[in-house]
Amino acid sequence: MEAFAMSKKKKTWLETNTFHHSEFWNILHLIEEKEKQGLKISLCIPTLNEEKTIGKEIIIFKSELMNRYPLLDEIAVIDSGSKDKTLEVAASFGADTYLSADILPSHGFKPGKGENLWKAIHQLNGDIIVYVDADIKNIHPRFVYGLVAPLIYHKKIQYVKAFYDRPLAFSQGIRPSGGGRVTEILIRPLFAMFYPELTGIIQPLSGEYAVRREVLQELPFPIGYGVETSHILDVYHKWGMGAFGQTDLDQRIHRNQTTISLGKMSFGILQSFFNRLQKYGSIDKLPELNQIYKHFQAQDRDYQLIEHTIKEEERPPMSSIPEYRKKFGLDKK
Amino acid sequence: MAKAPKTINDLLNHVVSSRDQLKNIREIILANLVMMGEIPAPTFEEEPRIRFFLDRFTEAGLDSISTDEFGNGFGFIRGSKGEKNILVAAHTDTVFNHTIDHTVRVESEQIFVPVIADNSLGCAVVASIPQILEQLGIQLKNNILLMGITRSLGRGDLAGIRFFLKNSKVPVDYGLFVEGAQLGRLSYSSMGMLRGEITCNIPREYDWTLFESSGAITILNEVITKMMAIPLPTKPRTTITYGSVNAGNSYNSVPTNGSLHFEIRSEQAGMVGELQNRIHEIADEVSSNTQAEVKLEVVARRRPGGIDFSHPLTKTARKIQESLGVTPKIQPSVGELSALIDKEIPGITIGITTASQMHSQNEHIAITPIFSGLAQLVGILQAMDGGFCDE
Repeated sequence: MEAFAMSKKKKTWLETNTFHHSEFWNILHLIEEKEKQGLKISLCIPTLNEEKTIGKEIIIFKSELMNRYPLLDEIAVIDSGSKDKTLEVAASFGADTYLSADILPSHGFKPGKGENLWKAIHQLNGDIIVYVDADIKNIHPRFVYGLVAPLIYHKKIQYVKAFYDRPLAFSQGIRPSGGGRVTEILIRPLFAMFYPELTGIIQPLSGEYAVRREVLQELPFPIGYGVETSHILDVYHKWGMGAFGQTDLDQRIHRNQTTISLGKMSFGILQSFFNRLQKYGSIDKLPELNQIYKHFQAQDRDYQLIEHTIKEEERPPMSSIPEYRKKFGLDKK
Repeated sequence: MAKAPKTINDLLNHVVSSRDQLKNIREIILANLVMMGEIPAPTFEEEPRIRFFLDRFTEAGLDSISTDEFGNGFGFIRGSKGEKNILVAAHTDTVFNHTIDHTVRVESEQIFVPVIADNSLGCAVVASIPQILEQLGIQLKNNILLMGITRSLGRGDLAGIRFFLKNSKVPVDYGLFVEGAQLGRLSYSSMGMLRGEITCNIPREYDWTLFESSGAITILNEVITKMMAIPLPTKPRTTITYGSVNAGNSYNSVPTNGSLHFEIRSEQAGMVGELQNRIHEIADEVSSNTQAEVKLEVVARRRPGGIDFSHPLTKTARKIQESLGVTPKIQPSVGELSALIDKEIPGITIGITTASQMHSQNEHIAITPIFSGLAQLVGILQAMDGGFCDE
């Protein structure tokens, strides 16, 4: 009986808070509504060595969502220290470019995507920040308007995730679906065990999402692999399931990652997940979590154990940073 | 609105200044190029590209946005007087199909993707013309008909443009065809051209004991040897290009069929027909000698013709290119211009930028010269509109 009630509730959330990008094809109407609400929207693209794909993303977003349809107020690339021409290419097509280390320098620099996302909250001015990864080969304006639109049209929604029929790019063309391995093997079973309601989020790890500033500034940011998972748990605890929206953006073509990379990613996510379980009292007491991830490498009959230190450091909520409170006048409110 | 140039010198000054102004809409041009470039469009399958044209024309508020029976796409920009019609068009079909990766890669100065120069860039430019004119504040006196052309290449044999010219209710006074490359290209005449396929099929009952009976490859080799022995005049220039040979699939089995694709080009009227007859005789002769079925099929044909080097249109186009520091490269066309020439309508084909490794999977173009290419296009349009190209 309980299970029935739960699935009924989930279906309702799925029905009301799940969208398809094609519902928002009328961008002029979206802009009208944005202007009526006096909103500013910032796009943040976190980068590390993305020279091959960044130029195309900037051109498409600048042309379609700034020049033709002024939905975006700023396009920013926040970089972790690329060794290639990522920043040069992005700047040449008119993006604002920042080195993560130059933002809030008194708070130091930690290498990781989460660091760039966190510092974007301070650097950018939008009431809504939309994050889009830089490695998308089939970039299209829907990657932005599909995520921003639910926030503009639905005041209760705070945090909109993308989901896809994820094809992986191979040299022999495109293999339909089959992406999201960490989601299906790790995250969904964990959610099903501890937070059944959250299994309604189809791709909790997708790197594309749009969030209201009031929410972003209150979220702690793991700087590594755990940022998306911990966001979902934190938003769920603080604002509830109704704060989430999700948009089907059709296909996303991107680089395939090796299984070893996914293992490291899962290790980082588990650290964040267990920390949240303890924080929210879902489990009593954790032993000290190991921060060394080990995997095997074999050559003939010589087996080596390779070790990687993966420490999920975390940035505090931006609203606790004095420079941020000053810049956005939080103390006056 | 910018004032229409009254003299050719006014026009040339305007052309040079417009090159910098056009950089303000660089992302719009390049975004159209990226989106167009990622749509595969092998001949007879151009519909998604045409839809992209129509969407852009709709967004720009053009009139009479439509397609015709051959799938050609149109948008109409009305002039203030609308006495004449200037056709600005690009062929939408390309030489690669859907199995080739069409993902665009953008660098600071170059853009990479197969068929970007031939002719994704030409298409993107035609789709961007409403924004280009708006950016420069240009309102023309005469109408502009923008067109995405289907079925041009290979077995398409210019069917799209020919259908339009035969059936259109809109009389065309000038034609301007846009190709991605090369900047400086100026085609105002059409070469005589014939594309042919020679097929060789060995019948099942073939007598393998016959002298020289060793399969389709050697028979096609005999055809090629005889074709290469045909004397070709160097003036007027005449060439035969052997484009591809297909036969066989192993080391040790004798192929029973094969084909040869070739193209004849000649500046001399009648020469293409003479060579066609000669090759026909060769095919018959080899067929008779070998008892194999050797046939010639004509896939495409163009008649020589066009306007003169001294025609005001070509003279003005050259001046415009030179004013931008672009060296005109005179190049006879075997493309859509031939169809216009058949109808005795003055027209030219131009290129927009520099390109490298064309028709390879590493085809790429330079970004900066695009703005010279666009300024050139706008200058030629204004010249046509202002009567500077009339005889």
